[in-house]
Amino acid sequence: MKLVEHFVEGLTSPICLTWELTYACNLSCVHCLSSSGRRDPNELSTDEAKAVIDELQRMQVFYVNIGGGEPTVRSDFWELLDYAIAHDVGVKFSTNGVKLDKARAAQLAATDYVDVQISLDGATAEVNDHVRGPGSYDTAIRAMENLHEAGFGQFKISVVVTRHNVDQLDEFKAIADRYGAQLRITRFRPSGRGADSWDELHPTREQQRQLYDWLVARGEDVLTGDSFFHLSAFGEELPGLNLCGAGRVVCLIDPVGDVYACPFAIHDQFLAGNVRSEGGFRTVWQDSELFAELRGPQSGGACTKCSHYDACQGGCMAAKFFTGLPLDGPDPECVLGNGERELAKLEMDTVIPKPSLDHSHRTSPRERAGGPVPLTLSVRRPDRACDSDPLAGEGTRLPAGIRVG
Amino acid sequence: MPTTAAGAGPQGMHRGASPAGVDGFSPDVPYAISGSVSVRPETFGALVYDFHTRRLSFLKTRLLVRVVETLADHPDVHGALEAAEVPAHQREQYLKALAGLAKAGTIQLRRQGDTTP
Repeated sequence: MKLVEHFVEGLTSPICLTWELTYACNLSCVHCLSSSGRRDPNELSTDEAKAVIDELQRMQVFYVNIGGGEPTVRSDFWELLDYAIAHDVGVKFSTNGVKLDKARAAQLAATDYVDVQISLDGATAEVNDHVRGPGSYDTAIRAMENLHEAGFGQFKISVVVTRHNVDQLDEFKAIADRYGAQLRITRFRPSGRGADSWDELHPTREQQRQLYDWLVARGEDVLTGDSFFHLSAFGEELPGLNLCGAGRVVCLIDPVGDVYACPFAIHDQFLAGNVRSEGGFRTVWQDSELFAELRGPQSGGACTKCSHYDACQGGCMAAKFFTGLPLDGPDPECVLGNGERELAKLEMDTVIPKPSLDHSHRTSPRERAGGPVPLTLSVRRPDRACDSDPLAGEGTRLPAGIRVG
Repeated sequence: MPTTAAGAGPQGMHRGASPAGVDGFSPDVPYAISGSVSVRPETFGALVYDFHTRRLSFLKTRLLVRVVETLADHPDVHGALEAAEVPAHQREQYLKALAGLAKAGTIQLRRQGDTTP
């Protein structure tokens, strides 16, 4: 049996996992996979987080990817970082750089077993700030300068590839080289607020090809989180694990301790349990029905007849789910165009799943009492001629070209 | 995160493995798992993580896991292979796998007088 087949059936512990420490964030990125912004009052306490770290140590989970939200805005972030490292749980944390001043950069440079990943979604302020918000480019660059000056060594620059930045891959590489960093590029998914920005931001089919060609030609020391395996159908398999690891070798612990199959699948359908329940994380990982199902034989549906199925394995579960495609159907970005064809075929009453949680900032101020009341007129045609409820069909897919609001 | 697979057996991936005798690996001297390395047993063999290099590798058979874990108990690599009862016709493959692990720093030369970890 090949190693990868063991991965499909799941391991006794995850190879690594993503742990989002808080839903609080100083930014409101339009593609945030966890719809972060406001802290959840039910987030794990410092002691509960330490208990999770103890469990990860016992399970020999050698490293975690810590994110959020913006993890560094948790006041106990640095305490938890030190605690994890002292308990043989290496940490790579993702940050927008807001807290990485010269002092913190020096502290990190003096810490073993920690890796830092700065998020940047444009090689220029214009492209980056359009997605991540005003000033976020300067914040990220300043954090990079601080880490570089402090002699941190090779931190990571993490880029979500979008329609707007796919032409900037060489420039991202140049930025990484300038600061002695390593470039990491990952796939944009329609998760969280990414569902709302998907149509505007996901790379076009021509750009998928461009991205694949770039990875083959220039991608040797570029990390990808093995997230582009759906592009392998273009030709040769990309390096890394060409397999969906959800619930098999990876998972997500969210800020309130809920365990999901993967960071891009924050939805009740992919919720396996909670670390606060009896038996803790180990029991969720080893015994949850959901994970047992994900580790069992999967139906690839019509895709299994495709000659590229071995390469792409039907693509990303979360990308299908949050665009309304069946899990045994093609990926919405199937390089053969099967996803686009299936999306076009979806009926207007197809319910597109929404993320179960939304911690977005409430940024729109309330209208003043007595002032004008703006009304949004729906141009949606009723599902049925006799529908009179104005909310009928809300949240359902509209025919192409028709938008509400 | 760099990964390597230390293969043993015909189905093994040999990425990164080098033949015995190359890169300074010698089966005639004592070896041991490096101090910064942790081994996690799995049904197929084990996951190996080096906290120093942050490199994750896979030991692809349980027998290889046994060999790696008992290297420190023997005066040379041959002794460990012998004690773990690695079949004679597989010895060469195991030496290749071990050479790969030595190159990656997963196992290292044990100085005379070092105690068993």
